[in-house]
Amino acid sequence: MANRKSGGLKGWLYLLPAILFLGFFMVYPLIDVFIYSFEEGYNSASQTYFGTGMYNYEYVLHDPYFLQALQNTFLLVIITVPLSTGIALLISVGLNSIKPLRKLLQTIYFLPYVTNTLAVGLVFMILFKKTAYSEGLVNLMINWFGGSSVDFIDGPYWAKMFVLCFYTIWVVMPFKILILTSALASVNQDYYKAARVDGTSRLRIFLRITLPMISPMIFYLVITGFIGAFKAYSDAVALFGTDLNAAGMNTIVGYVYDMLYGDSGGYPSYASAAAILLFSIVLTITCVNLLVSGKKLRY
Amino acid sequence: MKEYEKIERAARVRGRAAKVVTYVFLAVWAGVVLFPFYWMVLTSVKGYGAYSSEHIPKFFTLSPTFLNYVDAFTTVPLGQYFLNTVVFTLGTTAIMLVVVTLAAFAFARLEFRGKKLAFVLFLSLMMIPNELVVITNFVTITDLDLRNSFPGLILPSVTSVFYIYLLKENFELVPDSLYYAAKVDGTSDLKYLLKVMVPICRPTLVTITILKVIECWNSYVWPRLITDDENYYLVSNGIQEIRENGFGRENIPAMMAAVVVISVPLIVLFLVFRNKIMEGVSRGGTKG
Amino acid sequence: MKVILQNLTMKFPSRDRKKHQDVVAVNDFSFEIPDGKLIGLLGPSGCGKSTTLNLISGLLKPTGGRIFFGEDDVTDLPPEHRGIGLVFQNYALYPHLTVRQNILFPLENLKGKDRLTKAQMQEKADAAARLVQIDALMDRRPGELSGGQQQRVAIARALVKMPRVLLLDEPLSNLDARLRLQTREEIRRIQRETGITTIFVTHDQEEAMSISDMIVVMKEGIVQQIGRPQEVYDNPRNLFVAKFLGTPPINVFEGQVREGKLYVGQEAVLDLALGKENLPKEVYVGVRPEGFLIREDGPFGCELSGVEVMGRDISVVSTHKASLNPAVRAIVSAESGPLAAGGQVRFSLKPGKVFLFRKDTEERIL
Repeated sequence: MANRKSGGLKGWLYLLPAILFLGFFMVYPLIDVFIYSFEEGYNSASQTYFGTGMYNYEYVLHDPYFLQALQNTFLLVIITVPLSTGIALLISVGLNSIKPLRKLLQTIYFLPYVTNTLAVGLVFMILFKKTAYSEGLVNLMINWFGGSSVDFIDGPYWAKMFVLCFYTIWVVMPFKILILTSALASVNQDYYKAARVDGTSRLRIFLRITLPMISPMIFYLVITGFIGAFKAYSDAVALFGTDLNAAGMNTIVGYVYDMLYGDSGGYPSYASAAAILLFSIVLTITCVNLLVSGKKLRY
Repeated sequence: MKEYEKIERAARVRGRAAKVVTYVFLAVWAGVVLFPFYWMVLTSVKGYGAYSSEHIPKFFTLSPTFLNYVDAFTTVPLGQYFLNTVVFTLGTTAIMLVVVTLAAFAFARLEFRGKKLAFVLFLSLMMIPNELVVITNFVTITDLDLRNSFPGLILPSVTSVFYIYLLKENFELVPDSLYYAAKVDGTSDLKYLLKVMVPICRPTLVTITILKVIECWNSYVWPRLITDDENYYLVSNGIQEIRENGFGRENIPAMMAAVVVISVPLIVLFLVFRNKIMEGVSRGGTKG
Repeated sequence: MKVILQNLTMKFPSRDRKKHQDVVAVNDFSFEIPDGKLIGLLGPSGCGKSTTLNLISGLLKPTGGRIFFGEDDVTDLPPEHRGIGLVFQNYALYPHLTVRQNILFPLENLKGKDRLTKAQMQEKADAAARLVQIDALMDRRPGELSGGQQQRVAIARALVKMPRVLLLDEPLSNLDARLRLQTREEIRRIQRETGITTIFVTHDQEEAMSISDMIVVMKEGIVQQIGRPQEVYDNPRNLFVAKFLGTPPINVFEGQVREGKLYVGQEAVLDLALGKENLPKEVYVGVRPEGFLIREDGPFGCELSGVEVMGRDISVVSTHKASLNPAVRAIVSAESGPLAAGGQVRFSLKPGKVFLFRKDTEERIL
């Protein structure tokens, strides 16, 4: 073939733009971030550093802000991943069992996916906020039920955590519902018919047939859910403003960006160390997840 | 006979009860999803004075005003943010489409040495999280003096390994015979790509485009890092700026008007391309 | 268990919203299925045979008519209370459960006084597995089995509860040709051994003819004919049934009746029995492939186009102007002697293998 000779070059030519962009903005930075993380006392203005070693990691691990961010992120992950997956599963099962209104409901449920996290976060903030002149809507409802009002945005830690989790779940729900409804819809209806003929109860059909059939998708959602929740950041900014450290609501990713830029910024080495710490955590948890699911999914 | 009737009735009652519970549950969640949207629209048409004097929030208003929308465009440069976002979105998406299409074509159709290895390397890049490379990119763009500029905003996000992969899979579905037929007719590779492959694979290209537009419209982290000049703010960091420094902190109705303006384009896009978007997302998009 | 269908009717709302007419999938079906028989529901796709099966199983509720199992009216009874076993076309075996777990599944659902101990369940499952000869495969998963083996597991699962009625939906359609022959004998054997009234749906007339005690031929929701396979084959009630049964299919010609003789084209091919003066003039003539005899002086001439040797028999392929089929097929004994390719071939017809049908209603008249 004629293009064997010249076509070798041509292929690479078509790839060239992608290679350039990826090389410059992905491969090089990936290597660089490791280098940064070991360079001690790097100064971005003069581009000099004192030496190499583990100091950046040590600093980050002892930084109370980082520890706070670590705690917040873990809480967020542990609360939102199981809750959102569970609720999404219930909603999807419900959606799959009805016919009228199904399409409308699916459309509604998907709306949060196409909204700007920052913008809608603002709405959540005013819903939950308690100010001098107004209790805010959520507190109004709490009062109806006889509770006493709480400031969810500037108040106690548990209240702030609650709003953050609530908003995070609200934001991640569309994706999970979408995936689970299509997984449920793709289960062959004959299995349900067969089970019905045998007089299987609803609960047993769900536990013995539906769940095992869609378990690969559930594990997929749990894994992507873990990864996503560990990278939480903009939801927190939307609710509590850019100065997350002051609000005590920072996340690990937020810590990385704050180290890089903003009032406390200018420390790419610390940022790199924190970023690498984050991803070793994510990687570990993903691997554990895969191992566990690999054992359970064998058909 | 009697026993049968009892069984039948019990089955019917149970079925109906399950239906009611299901619908109530689904309706509650629909309420949770829709309420923030309702509240944002409602608040945006309440007058500033009226809003501030509501100690107990009202669930409707009898005297809607559009003054807040005027405020949103005049008091703060919302129009500017909006325009920037449009430029950023269009620029990023357009460049990305070219880069991605060329690369996918090379992998799907052309023969060259090291193709397999290159593809594996490309795929392995999919696992690299954005947060890890942002740090160096921030430094790079700063060093290149590209902060507060569109190239600085756009360039780092014009490639997506995942979309290359998606498109390559799609390109490979086009039968080989078409390619050989075109070769026999003396069609060049580029012309074949543009005249045959692209039209055939248009649905996938549309999906990719829409997903990228959504991603661009909502992107926050990179614009926030790379711009500190209001003239280059996008809607995400723009709204954050409005919240913290615009309008005076307490003019929440005007703020909500801005939120509505920002949210509307994507919601319209979604309602128009509902099926395409949902299908595209289920094929491989997670938010962010 | 005797199964009685009484004016069974099933209408679906039309998918096309502009048309307000309902689609009638099953129309006024009445049939008393005798106890312990194997019944084949037969018809082209969309004829309502699967709907009928689903109505009997209870997965669908009829819009009219009643269903009785013995003396019990089960029309409004949900499927699980009917005591039926159902085998699906694609078997619907749970892929994540082993063969044993699949067979045990229906037993584990039993509640109250029907509840079985673990040992009883195992015993029943083993018995069902032995019956269909898969006792060696109990710990495999469905994915590791061949199509034929999966089919047996599905039957075992349907039988393990000792149903009153066994229903099979296209039981052989997912198997290759060789397995199909073997499996249909197997179904026959299992049915005989258990004596359970069994109804199966198929679009393959050969399959239905070969193992059924009785067949029900359906078309567009309407039952065309019910009877023993041979009976229906020898005495089709109308042109549809005649065309649907038999391989190769029946040859159909345009014909005329004049002066007690049947004409196809210009030739009088058959003397009709006396006393049939009220026959219409224009008719369809159906001739079974085995109804031809090669005779040099035969009254029926066709243009010979080829001969296919099938061993004991040969198939003579020819054409005729008045034929509604593209080719006329005759199955004759190999001893009929050699035939020159091209040119004419002459037949005489066996009277019992020739049917006449009314042109307007396609009802059989002779």
